Amino acid sequence: MIETFEKVEDIEIRLLLEALYVRYHYDFRNYAMGSIKRRLRQACEQMGFATISALQEKVLHDETMLPRLLGYLTVQVSEMFRDPSYFRAIREKVVPHLKTYSSLKIWIAGCSCGEEVYSLAILFREEGLEDRTIFYATDINQQALQAAEAGVYDLDRIRLFTENHRKSGGKSSLSDYYNAGYGRVSFDRSLRERVVFSDHSLVTDAVFGEMHLISCRNVMIYFDRPLQDRAVGLFKDSLARKGFLGIGAKESLRFSEHAEGFKEFVREDKIYQRVGI
Amino acid sequence: MTPSRPEAIVIGASAGALEALSVILPSLPADFRAPIIVVVHIPPDKKSVLAELFRARCRIQVIEVEDKEPLKPATAYFAPPDYHLLVEDTGTLGLTYEEPVLFSRPSIDVLFESAADVYGSEVAAILLTGANEDGARGLAAVAKAGGRVIVQDPETAFAAAMPEAGLKFCPNAEVLSLDGISEYLRRFD
Repeated sequence: MIETFEKVEDIEIRLLLEALYVRYHYDFRNYAMGSIKRRLRQACEQMGFATISALQEKVLHDETMLPRLLGYLTVQVSEMFRDPSYFRAIREKVVPHLKTYSSLKIWIAGCSCGEEVYSLAILFREEGLEDRTIFYATDINQQALQAAEAGVYDLDRIRLFTENHRKSGGKSSLSDYYNAGYGRVSFDRSLRERVVFSDHSLVTDAVFGEMHLISCRNVMIYFDRPLQDRAVGLFKDSLARKGFLGIGAKESLRFSEHAEGFKEFVREDKIYQRVGI
Repeated sequence: MTPSRPEAIVIGASAGALEALSVILPSLPADFRAPIIVVVHIPPDKKSVLAELFRARCRIQVIEVEDKEPLKPATAYFAPPDYHLLVEDTGTLGLTYEEPVLFSRPSIDVLFESAADVYGSEVAAILLTGANEDGARGLAAVAKAGGRVIVQDPETAFAAAMPEAGLKFCPNAEVLSLDGISEYLRRFD
């Protein structure tokens, strides 16, 4: 039999997440437990806390701990044009629809350090859509948002970004959009002229505009099922009629209570279209 | 005496995985009750053909996992390339894109440790052939939680490093050949 009493570590995790919410209004209480547990163990080990309770005491009393802990709790791993076929599908199948609108709102939800923001801005420029578009790039992690706004990446990642861009059907050279120096590349500020970076939580915040395309990839995998339902519901309510939702390659709306609000638009690249309004 | 059936089986393998799993998975009957959750090290940038390949050869169902996949009996679940696979709760699998562990994503340690957390003593973990040490710590976590741990006999493994590391971390693990592992699993049903 599985033990019916709650393990001490599970109690500690629940209390820490509650403390984070009450003290700082960061709500991880409905994040997927397996992954949260792993990352809290990592945080304790690397920051030298014997228990999660010890970590909780520190983070409650010392707010400079918060950004460090958030660094563990929010996963900031991405790349430009990640899953090139997704961007190819946006370019070849979604863009023709978007071209019929005179103005466009695009939401990159959980934009992390901005890799996908710049990818879409470049794609939209290549397709002649940039001037009619406003991009909303949101995340809960302030440090990630600042990094996204800066648009500076390590030079050693650029080979992968370039290869991905080419595979995505890129019509220009990625090097047209950045300056390299001191082991880093800095993306052209003109790419973010039409981007609004802002703090927004899929857990606690609401709809803020009517979107034509929402891209939220590998963000909801960190949520539990009920929280995923909330986020997908938020996307459903945010999308214009026949608007598009792109999710991660191994995510699915099959298990969502809002599945009937969407149809598969490009099945293999996980692009859905809003239906029923 | 037949030991009681665990709620789930977790399997990890790397170099030589295809041949090893080809002995085990097709031998299981269509009504094999426990779900089988499998991490094989695969290149991150390629579409994995493992699920397709085994689907054609097995009597149990075989699928590549999508996030929040519900666990069902008589089904083998393969981790997709470039994601960690975790047991989320007793009924659900989850994926994450956290950093690779021992250069591996998916990582066997990540799967095994999550299975130990969720199932406690009610899981059997099997570490097969492979050329690195992923899986050894996870195997120890399963053993610590009271679960059953099985290691492929390094003598019979295509690559011995992984089962050897497993035995180093888990000296009391049961050591079996591939046929022995098949037989061991079939005894649960």
